[in-house]
Amino acid sequence: MEASEVSVELYVLLSAVLFIMGVLGVLLRRNAILVFMSVELMLNAGNLALAAFARQWGNGDGHLMVFFVMTVAAAEVAVGLALIVAIFRTKQSINIDDLHMFKD
Amino acid sequence: MATVVFMLPLVGMVLMLILARSDQQYRWWTLTTSIVTFAVSLLLVRGFDKTSAGLQMVDQFDWISGEGFSIQYYVGIDGISIWLVMLTTFIMPLAILSSFKAIQKRVKLYYMFMLLMEWAMLGVFVAQDLFLFYVFWEVTLVPMYFLIGIWGAEQRIYAAVKFFLYTMAGSLLMLLAILWLGNEAGTFAVPEILEQLKTGDLVFSTATGRWLFLAFGIAFAIKVPMWPLHSWLPDAHVQAPTAGSVILAGVLLKMGTYGFVRFNLPLFPAASETFAPYIAALAVIGIIYGAWVSYGQKDMKKLVAYSSISHLGFVMLGIFALNSSGIEGAVLQMVNHGISTGGLFLVVGVLYERRHTKLMAAFGGIWQAMPLYSGVALVIVLSSMGLPGLNGFVGEFTILLGAAGSDAISWWFTPLAALGVILAAVYMLYMFNTVFMGELDKEENKRLPDLDWRELYALVPILIMVLVIGLQAGYFFEFMDAKVGDLVRDISLAVAAGR
Amino acid sequence: MENYFDLVPLVVLIPLVGMLTNLFFGKRFGEQGVAIVAVGASAAAFLIAVILWIAQVNTGYVPAVIDMPVLGDWINITSAGLRIPWEFRVDSLSVTMMLVVSGVGTLIHIYAVGYMHGDSRFPRFFVYMNMFLVFMLLLVTGNNFLMMFVGWEGVGLCSYLLIGFWFDKPGGVGWKNSDAARKAFIVNRVGDFGLILGVLLTFWTFRTLDYYKPGEMPAAAHHEEAAYEETLFAPDLPEDEHHETATGPIGVFNQASAWLEEGDHEVNFGVISLSLEATITLITLLFLLGATGKSAQIPLFVWLPDAMAGPTPVSAFIHAATMVTAGVYMMVRSNVLYHSSDLSSFVVAMIGATTAIVAGFIAVGQWDIKRVLAYSTVSQLGFMVAAVGVGAYAAAMFHLVTHACFKALLFLASGSVIHGMEHGHHHLHEHGHGDHGHDDDDFDPQDMRFMGGLKDKMPVTYWTYIFGTLALAGVFPFAGFWSKDEILLDSIKHGVNDGYLSGYLAFVLLLIAAVFTAFYMWRQVSMVFYGQPRHAAAEHASESSNLMTRPLIVLAILSLLIGLINIPSGFPILGWLLGKHEFTSFLGHSVTFAHAGSFNFLLATMAVILALGAIYAARALYNDKTLATLERDPLELDERTAEAFALANAKLYWDEFYFKYIIWPYRNVAYWLAEKLDWEIWHDFAHERLIRDPFNRATQFLAEPVDKGFIDRNFDRLGTLVRRVSDRMRVIQTGYVRTYALSVLFGALLVVILILLPVLRELLGL
Repeated sequence: MEASEVSVELYVLLSAVLFIMGVLGVLLRRNAILVFMSVELMLNAGNLALAAFARQWGNGDGHLMVFFVMTVAAAEVAVGLALIVAIFRTKQSINIDDLHMFKD
Repeated sequence: MATVVFMLPLVGMVLMLILARSDQQYRWWTLTTSIVTFAVSLLLVRGFDKTSAGLQMVDQFDWISGEGFSIQYYVGIDGISIWLVMLTTFIMPLAILSSFKAIQKRVKLYYMFMLLMEWAMLGVFVAQDLFLFYVFWEVTLVPMYFLIGIWGAEQRIYAAVKFFLYTMAGSLLMLLAILWLGNEAGTFAVPEILEQLKTGDLVFSTATGRWLFLAFGIAFAIKVPMWPLHSWLPDAHVQAPTAGSVILAGVLLKMGTYGFVRFNLPLFPAASETFAPYIAALAVIGIIYGAWVSYGQKDMKKLVAYSSISHLGFVMLGIFALNSSGIEGAVLQMVNHGISTGGLFLVVGVLYERRHTKLMAAFGGIWQAMPLYSGVALVIVLSSMGLPGLNGFVGEFTILLGAAGSDAISWWFTPLAALGVILAAVYMLYMFNTVFMGELDKEENKRLPDLDWRELYALVPILIMVLVIGLQAGYFFEFMDAKVGDLVRDISLAVAAGR
Repeated sequence: MENYFDLVPLVVLIPLVGMLTNLFFGKRFGEQGVAIVAVGASAAAFLIAVILWIAQVNTGYVPAVIDMPVLGDWINITSAGLRIPWEFRVDSLSVTMMLVVSGVGTLIHIYAVGYMHGDSRFPRFFVYMNMFLVFMLLLVTGNNFLMMFVGWEGVGLCSYLLIGFWFDKPGGVGWKNSDAARKAFIVNRVGDFGLILGVLLTFWTFRTLDYYKPGEMPAAAHHEEAAYEETLFAPDLPEDEHHETATGPIGVFNQASAWLEEGDHEVNFGVISLSLEATITLITLLFLLGATGKSAQIPLFVWLPDAMAGPTPVSAFIHAATMVTAGVYMMVRSNVLYHSSDLSSFVVAMIGATTAIVAGFIAVGQWDIKRVLAYSTVSQLGFMVAAVGVGAYAAAMFHLVTHACFKALLFLASGSVIHGMEHGHHHLHEHGHGDHGHDDDDFDPQDMRFMGGLKDKMPVTYWTYIFGTLALAGVFPFAGFWSKDEILLDSIKHGVNDGYLSGYLAFVLLLIAAVFTAFYMWRQVSMVFYGQPRHAAAEHASESSNLMTRPLIVLAILSLLIGLINIPSGFPILGWLLGKHEFTSFLGHSVTFAHAGSFNFLLATMAVILALGAIYAARALYNDKTLATLERDPLELDERTAEAFALANAKLYWDEFYFKYIIWPYRNVAYWLAEKLDWEIWHDFAHERLIRDPFNRATQFLAEPVDKGFIDRNFDRLGTLVRRVSDRMRVIQTGYVRTYALSVLFGALLVVILILLPVLRELLGL
C-alpha cells in the first residue's frame, strides 16, 4: 500500500468530477433509467470520497459508511427499477418530462 | 353480583341485535331479557344481609386514575338501593309487555332503547362512584328522549326536547359539584369520600357544603320534580307512549329522590339540616298544589302526571324529616309510587289503545262495558289514594309519622301534608267516577272489549305487589332498617359536630 | 277455653274467603250458590263470635291478643321504634261489636238474597257485602289504632261501592248514585284526616299504637262516683273484678292512665313539648273529627242521607246498624283518653246532642221513606256520641246495640215497603192500569206521598215496622226505651252529680230530640200504612217474600227484647229476674270507665209520656182525612209551621252551604290553577315567554349579526387571501422533475456555502 503513494487530493478530485457528471446527468437527461444511473454515479462518487478519506485518516468509519451506502443503493435500485417498470406499464414511456400529472 | 344484574339488559340487547330477526322476535327477546333480569335480581333479595348497613355484592376496580384522582368502576347495593333496583326490574317487563300492541313502527329500535333504558337506570341505582353515577344519570336521558321523540303523541318533539334540556340544565350543576368533590377528595367513590368526611381528612366550610348541596339538589329536584320545577313533567307524560310514561313515573322520577337520599343526606348533613324546612315547605306546597291541579284536569294522563307531583311531595317530605321513619317511608313510597302510578298509566293506556283519547269526558260507565278492567283499575286507584291495607297507605303513614316526629322540620307540615290525603281522594275519585261509574251513555263505549290476556298479565303483578306491600310492609322495611338507622345516626352526629 | 280465642282470625278470614269465592266463581254459581256462600260466611262469622263470647264469659273476661296467621308484622321500623303487628283483640267490647256486626249482618244477608233477587250484578253485591264484613270485623277486632284504620277506610270503600252499586241506572239516576258514593267517600276522608293525625300524635305521645299489649289488663277505673251517694241519682257500680296491673310493655291506654295518675307529664315532640292533658285533648278532638265523618255527626253528616242511593239492605246494614257506629266504637275504645279530657268531652257531648236535634228536625220535613230513616240514624248516632261526651260509655254501646237491631229492622221493613211498591208498579204496567192514580212519570217508590194504606197489603211489614218504631221512639218495654233512658239518665247525672254544664245541655237537647224522634216516626207510619192508598202502585202492593219477612220478624223480636240485657238497677221485678246491668258489667271488663246509673222512675215516665204524646200528636195531625190527599204536608199548610217545615225540607240548606263555600271555590280554584296558573302562566308564559323566547332571540342575535356577520365573514376573508396568494405561487410548480432536482441542487449548494461561510470569511480576510 505504501508503494503507490497517490495523494488524497486526486481521489477527491475524481470523486468531484464523477459527482458533477452525475448531477448534470440527473438534470439534463430525460430517460428515467439514465437519470437513475446518474444518481448511482453520484452515490459512488460519494463512496469514493469516503474511502479516500478513510484511508487518509486510517479510520474504519468511512468504510463502514461505504457499505451502508451500497446497501441503500442496492435497495434503491430494486425499488426504483420496479417503479420505472410500473410507470412504463401505465404510460408506455419513461420520459420523465411526460410525468407531470400533479401539475395538471 | 350487582354487575351481573345490571349488565344483563345490555347483554340481552346486544344478543337481540345480533340474533333476533322479526318484530315478533324483538318483542319476545326483550321481554325474556327483562324477565330474566327480574328473576336474577330476586337473587339479590335472597342473598341480602339485612343486618348489615354497608354495601353488599360489591364489584370494584380502577377505571380511570391518575395523579391525585381516581375514578372507579364501583357498584354495589345496600338497603336503600336494593328496592329501587327491584322496582326497576319489576316495572320493565310490564312496560315492555304493555307496548306489544301499541308500538308498531321501528320496533327493533324501540326495544333496543327499552333495554338500554333498563341498563342505565339500574346503573344509576348500583353506582357507588360519583363519576360512574353521573355517566349513567346522563345515559338514561338518551333512550327516554327517543322514546318520547319517536313514539310519542302529536307534540312529542317539543316534549322530548323540553325533557332533555330541563334535566341537562340541572345535571350540569351536579357535574361541577362532582368534579369539585372528586378533586378535593382525590377519589370519586362515595364510600371513600364519606370515610374521609368522617375522619376529618376532607373538610369543607359550611358555605361550601351548602353550595354543593344546592348543586346536587337542583339536579335531583328537577328530576323529582319538585314544585315549582315540575313543568316538564306533564308534557313528557302526556306525549310519551304508555310504556314511556310507566318508566318515567315508575322509575325515572325516583332517581331524583334516590339521589337526595344517596348523596345529599350523607355527604352534606349540615346543609341538609339547614335546608330541610325549606325543602319540606316546597314538598308540602307540591303535595297540595299537585293534588289541586290534578282535580282541574280534563285529560287522564295529565291528571296522573300532576298526581305524581303530589305523591313525590310526600317522598321529599319524608326524606327531609331526617328520621328513620320518614326516610324509610320515603324509600318505600318511591317503590309504591312506581307501582301505583305505573299501574295507573297502564290503566290509562288500555283505554287509550281502544279509544285513542285520554279525555275523561269521552268516557263514563266503563265499569259496565269492561268489568274486569274496571275492577283492576279500582284497586290501583285506591292504592294511589292511600287506602290502608294497600301499598300507598303504608308509605304515606310512615312519612307522616316521620314528619310529625321530626326534629328538623316544624310540626305544621304534617297536617298540611295530611290534607293531601283528602285531596287525593277528591281527584282520584273524580277520575274514577267520571270514567268508570255513571251511565254508559256513549255509543262508542258500549262495545269496548275487556282486558285481553296480555294486558291482564301486565296488570296482575301490579295488583299482587299492591297487596303484598300493603299487608307486609314490615318485610320491606327490614331490609332498609340497618342502613337508614346508620344514616340517621351519622346525620345527627355530623350535625352535632357541625360538619 | 282460652284456646277458643285463637279462632278470632277466622271471624275476618271466613268472610274474606266467602268474598273471594264469590268474586272469582260467583258468575258460575248462580244466585243460589252465591247466596249460600255469602250467607254461610256471615253466619259462620256470627257463630265464631258467639263462641268467642261464651269463651269470654267462661274465662273470666280475660282479654286475649291473637296474632294473625301467615302474615308477619305489618309495619316494622326498628330504628324508629315503630311496630304495627297484625293482632286481634278479643275482649268484651270487641266481642259485643262482633256479635252485632255478624249477627245483624247475617239477618241482612238473608234478607238481601230476597231483595236483590234478579239483579244483574247479584254476585257482585254479595262480594261487596262480605268484603264489608271483612273490614268491619277487622275494625272492631284490631288491637291497634292502625288496624282499626284499615277497617275504618275499608268499610268506607265498601260503602262507596255499595252506594254506587246502581251506578248504571238510566235517566241520570246512575250519575246521581255515583256522586252520592263519591260524596260519602270524600266526606269520610275529611274525617279520616283527623283520625290519622290523631293516630300520629298518639304514636309520638305513647310510642306505640297498641291499645293494650298482649297479656296486659285494662286499668281499673277509680270510680269517683263512689264518693258521693246522692239519693236521686245514686250510681250503681258494676262489681269490680279487674285484675292486677300488668308488667312488661305497656299499651296506649294504660300508659295514659299511668301518666295521668303520675301527673305533670310533659310530652316531647321534637321541636315542641306539650302537657299530657293538652296532648290528649288534641288527640281526642282529632279522633272526634274522624268520628263525625264515619258516624255522620255535625259537621260531616251530609253524606249519610245521600248514601240512601244504595240498595236498601246496604242502608240497613252499613248506614244504620254497623259502619256508622264505628265512630262510637272508636271513642268508647278510647274512653280512657276521652274521660281524661273535659274539653273534648264537652265538645263531643255538644256535637252529639246538637246532631241529634238537628237531624231529628230535618227528618220531620222529608218525603222519602229512606231519607227519614237516614236522618233518624244521624239523630240516634247523635245520642250515642252525646253519651260518650257525658262519660256514659256503656250507655253509648248499649244504645249502639239496640239501635243496630231496631234501625236495621226499620230499614229492612222500609225496603220491603219499597219492594212492595215497585211490585205494585210493575203490576200496573203489566196489566195496563196506568190510567188511574198519579202521573206515572213522577212515580218514585220511595216517596211516602205515593203510599198510604199499606197496613192491610203488607201485614208482616206493618207489624214489624210498628215494633221498630216503638223501639226507636223509646216506648216501654221496647229496646229503645232502656238504652235511650240510660243515656238521658247519664246525661242529667253528669250535670247534677258531676257538675258539668254539658250534662244539662245534652239532657235538654236529647230530650227534645227524643220527642222529634217519636213524632217523625209516627208521621212516617201514618203516611205509609194508614189511610187509603194514594197511588195505584200502593193499591197493588203486596207482601214481600218469606226470605225478606223472616229476618224482619227476628229483628222485631230482638227490638222488643234486646233491651233486657241491661236492666238498670232499681227497676222493679225485671232487674231481679234478669240481673242488673249485665251488659254494662260485661263491657266493664274492657271499657275502663263503663258505669251505669240507677233507674229513675220519674225520668223514665217523663220520657215515655213525651214519646207517647208525640206519637199522639203525629197521629192527630196525620189523620185519615189529611192523609187522603197528601200533596202537601199538614205542617206546610199551617202557616205557623210552614217556614219551619220548609227549612226542614231543605235540610237547613246544609249541602248548599258546603257547595257554595267549599266545593265550588275548590273546584274553581282547581280550574284556575290547572288552566291559568300552571299552564298559561307557569308552563306557557314563564317557560315559553321568559325563558325560551329570550333564549331564541339571543340565539338569533348570535347566529345572524355576530356569527354570520362578523366572525364568519372575517374567516371568509382570510380564506380569500390565502387563495389569492396561492394562485400566484402555483407558477413555481412546473411538474418537471428536473426543475425540482435543480432546486434541490441549489439548496444543497446553499447549504454547502453556509457551512463553508466561516472558511470563506477567513479566506477573504473578513
